[in-house]
Amino acid sequence: MTTITTFRPRTGRITELVLLLFAVGIVLLAYVNVGLAVNDEIPPNLQLHGGLLLAFTVGLHLVLRWRAKYADPLLLPIATLLNGLGLVMILRLDYAAGRDVGSLVASRQLLWSALGITLAAGVLILLRDHRVLRRYTYIAMVVGFLLLLMPMLPVIGHEENGSRLWIRIAGFSFQPGEIAKIALTVFFAGYLVATRDALSLVGRRFLGLQLPRGRDLGPLLAAWGLSVLILVAQRDLGSSLLFFGLFVAMLYVATERVSWIIIGLSLFCAGAVVAWRIFPHVQTRVNLWLDPFDPNASSDQVAKGLMGMGHGGLFGTGLGEGFPHLTYFANSDYIFASFAEELGLIGIFAMLMLYALLVERGLRTAIGAREGFGKLLAAGLAFSIGLQIFVVVGGLTRVIPLTGLTTPFLSAGGSSLIANWIIIALLMRISDHARRPVAERVTDDPELDTPTHAGVAP
Amino acid sequence: MNAPIRRLAVVVSLMFAALLVATTYIQFFQAQELREMAGNRRTLLDEYGRERGAILVQGTPIAESVPTNNDLAWMRVFDQGRLYAHTTGYYSFIYGAGAGLERSANSLLSGSDDSLFYRRIPDLILGRNPSGATLELTLDPDIQRAASEALGDRRGAVVALDPRTGEVLAMVSHPTFDPNEVSSHNLSAVQQAYVTLNEDSSRPLINRAIGGDLYPPGSVFKLVVTAAALESNEFTPDTELPSPLRYTLPGTTTSVPNFGGSSCSGGDTTSLFDSLRVSCNTSFAWLANELGAESLNDQAEAFGFGQSLQFPLPVTASRYPVDADDAQVALTGIGQYDVRVTPLQMAMVSAGIANDGRVMTPYLIDTVRDKDLDPIDTTEPREFSTAVSERTAQEITDMMVAVVESGSGSRAALSGVQVAGKTGTAEFGTSGAAHAWFTGFAPAGDPTIAVAVIVESATEDWTGETGGVVAAPIARAVLEAGVNR
Repeated sequence: MTTITTFRPRTGRITELVLLLFAVGIVLLAYVNVGLAVNDEIPPNLQLHGGLLLAFTVGLHLVLRWRAKYADPLLLPIATLLNGLGLVMILRLDYAAGRDVGSLVASRQLLWSALGITLAAGVLILLRDHRVLRRYTYIAMVVGFLLLLMPMLPVIGHEENGSRLWIRIAGFSFQPGEIAKIALTVFFAGYLVATRDALSLVGRRFLGLQLPRGRDLGPLLAAWGLSVLILVAQRDLGSSLLFFGLFVAMLYVATERVSWIIIGLSLFCAGAVVAWRIFPHVQTRVNLWLDPFDPNASSDQVAKGLMGMGHGGLFGTGLGEGFPHLTYFANSDYIFASFAEELGLIGIFAMLMLYALLVERGLRTAIGAREGFGKLLAAGLAFSIGLQIFVVVGGLTRVIPLTGLTTPFLSAGGSSLIANWIIIALLMRISDHARRPVAERVTDDPELDTPTHAGVAP
Repeated sequence: MNAPIRRLAVVVSLMFAALLVATTYIQFFQAQELREMAGNRRTLLDEYGRERGAILVQGTPIAESVPTNNDLAWMRVFDQGRLYAHTTGYYSFIYGAGAGLERSANSLLSGSDDSLFYRRIPDLILGRNPSGATLELTLDPDIQRAASEALGDRRGAVVALDPRTGEVLAMVSHPTFDPNEVSSHNLSAVQQAYVTLNEDSSRPLINRAIGGDLYPPGSVFKLVVTAAALESNEFTPDTELPSPLRYTLPGTTTSVPNFGGSSCSGGDTTSLFDSLRVSCNTSFAWLANELGAESLNDQAEAFGFGQSLQFPLPVTASRYPVDADDAQVALTGIGQYDVRVTPLQMAMVSAGIANDGRVMTPYLIDTVRDKDLDPIDTTEPREFSTAVSERTAQEITDMMVAVVESGSGSRAALSGVQVAGKTGTAEFGTSGAAHAWFTGFAPAGDPTIAVAVIVESATEDWTGETGGVVAAPIARAVLEAGVNR
């Protein structure tokens, strides 16, 4: 008889499986709903589409059991549910556009989802410890900047909807900014972990603010210059806001200095105001934001989206019963408005809550992470999802001017889907590391560890 | 690093809170406004998905939805579209429900009106598309046709009311248009027709009977001045009024002549009775000045000036200029300066006098019926105001009878029926061009129909057309159709 009982920490994998099956169940019901509402029949590819979604997500669940069994159990079900709902809405809009079975955007989206999930599994299998990424800090920087600037190249750069965010090679178009987001988050995390002492402790105090030294302003100015370049050359306030916001947020997390936020935000506002003064395309966006119903407006996109949301009202028209296809880009930039129309205020509240929960799990992972690099990376990745949702949905709802970003997991488009599944995989990896009990830890490579408190030597 | 991450989480919550607020505002508080916005195709598609109610005149549809086999399940068809264009309005897929009842009574016709709520419940339960209510109008097809034919090619308007109830018996505005042209499903033809109608300088889409730029009333406004004078108890029909050849406007050197420069009675004074009978300008200018702007305005408002009605078509309020100086007040006495009226308002003046001084609220919808034609709502006649006393009404009626029997309105006379009326020739601009007016009612002893007619000047110059010559015969045709009904 022993007085010591073995305490088995909960991995949460059972919870994850139950929630995952629940999520897939909701998606299948929505599929059937759309088919019945639009064509009075159960969609013929229900088994195929549903089966694939189930197989790949359960597959990822199994990979988690094998390689990251302490990963946060909510990440996979939430991502699956959002991805699945996106597929349903894209299929619904395929029906509205009268596309035949061979050329469904939804089928392509399903393949991209499968690829994204596979890549996520690949990340979990190959990347045993996220801290390895720190070694590639500067490579990530180069890759990130290159990807970000690629759409500006002649020939392969490609403009859509007034924003130059795409590259097109051999008939495939791709939004490199989505992948760049990950690379830059890795770079920011690695860079800030190394330089945070200098950035946070040195400098003069002025009016209660710890002002940085002139030479430490360099990186901030570089990031600012890059974001202004995106705003002007790619004509996209969204990406610009996303990258700069992400950088400032991570800078703040690393240094705990409010002065960085104030300096950063002032710089961004100044840049935005100058761009608004000088560039007519920025002015157009701002005018559309202030008065979308102006009969002389250059576009009625915002107005149509608002009318769609108004049409949905509190309870929505029901899936397949509204007219989301009357709005341009209904399955990509405006997919959130499509949901607002058919699922109503109640439906999009639920979806916003899913995103909020996803971001919250990411930030929770950051808090739980035991070393600086993991904290910064998790916080950055989670915040980037939250900020992106804010920029996209805020654009539709006139909180900020409309921009051309994708809605994570929902929008039709492969690059975004792949990028977001990789983000989820990285968060899973970090959370697994954070939640793993001491006894099961792989021997930490001391080289990989980074301090979590500024200025405190290990 | 945990403290700033927690603060970052607060920032994220604030961002999500902003989105929740914004979506709530759009989808709950602003939703109705967005749905009713012109050019909202979703609302139109929704409405096209259900059978819209018909508009009936004596049981015959003048607007109804017929099933089609294209995407838009129903098409709006206007039988006798040009005759009833301004009453029905149009129902266009591109431009929405416009003008007329299609717009003003849209919620009834489309079935979304609150008064239809309980009737929608069974539809909701059975999953049927709810259908709209049918409107039975007060219009009389014979009077409407008589008015339209009599007005012919001339620009202008005719309104006929039943003075006892306020029922609108006829409402014609020329030039008219064919609502079918903008309501068909041939969208490019619709677009072209719509542009043509809107660019037409004669503005056929305007319902001149109740809106548009309004008209100066000219001498028909003397009815209101006479009413004010008699109601003041300082004047009787026999009171002699100064009637010089020219009346010098107070405080100015400008003078107003009588029509054609003639004297009103041969002497220096003319009785109020004869002043109205021969439409004496100088005595009425003097009288208006004597009564003052306030008294005239009160009397005009008692007849309905200054109030915009919804019957349910929106009626622009007629107006009397309250801030006029003495010279201008004198001019208002002959319906000039800034007095502006709708033909409907002048018909209400006549109808009020015809109905012993009581103006009835005009209405166009007699009965609202559900799709099985069971009545949902029947309009009861309502008194709008008591504009003058019964005695005053009788005295003015006698004067108006004299106008038709031995005055300027002789061309409105009917054989065997006594007609009461008043002509008007309203100058506008500076070239001397004038619109021709006639308003009156019949039979004078027991009125069943009151009418107001305006015929716009055909040119910008004076062509010798007066109310008595141009408008009175049209009124005669309408009154004839009305008394025989």
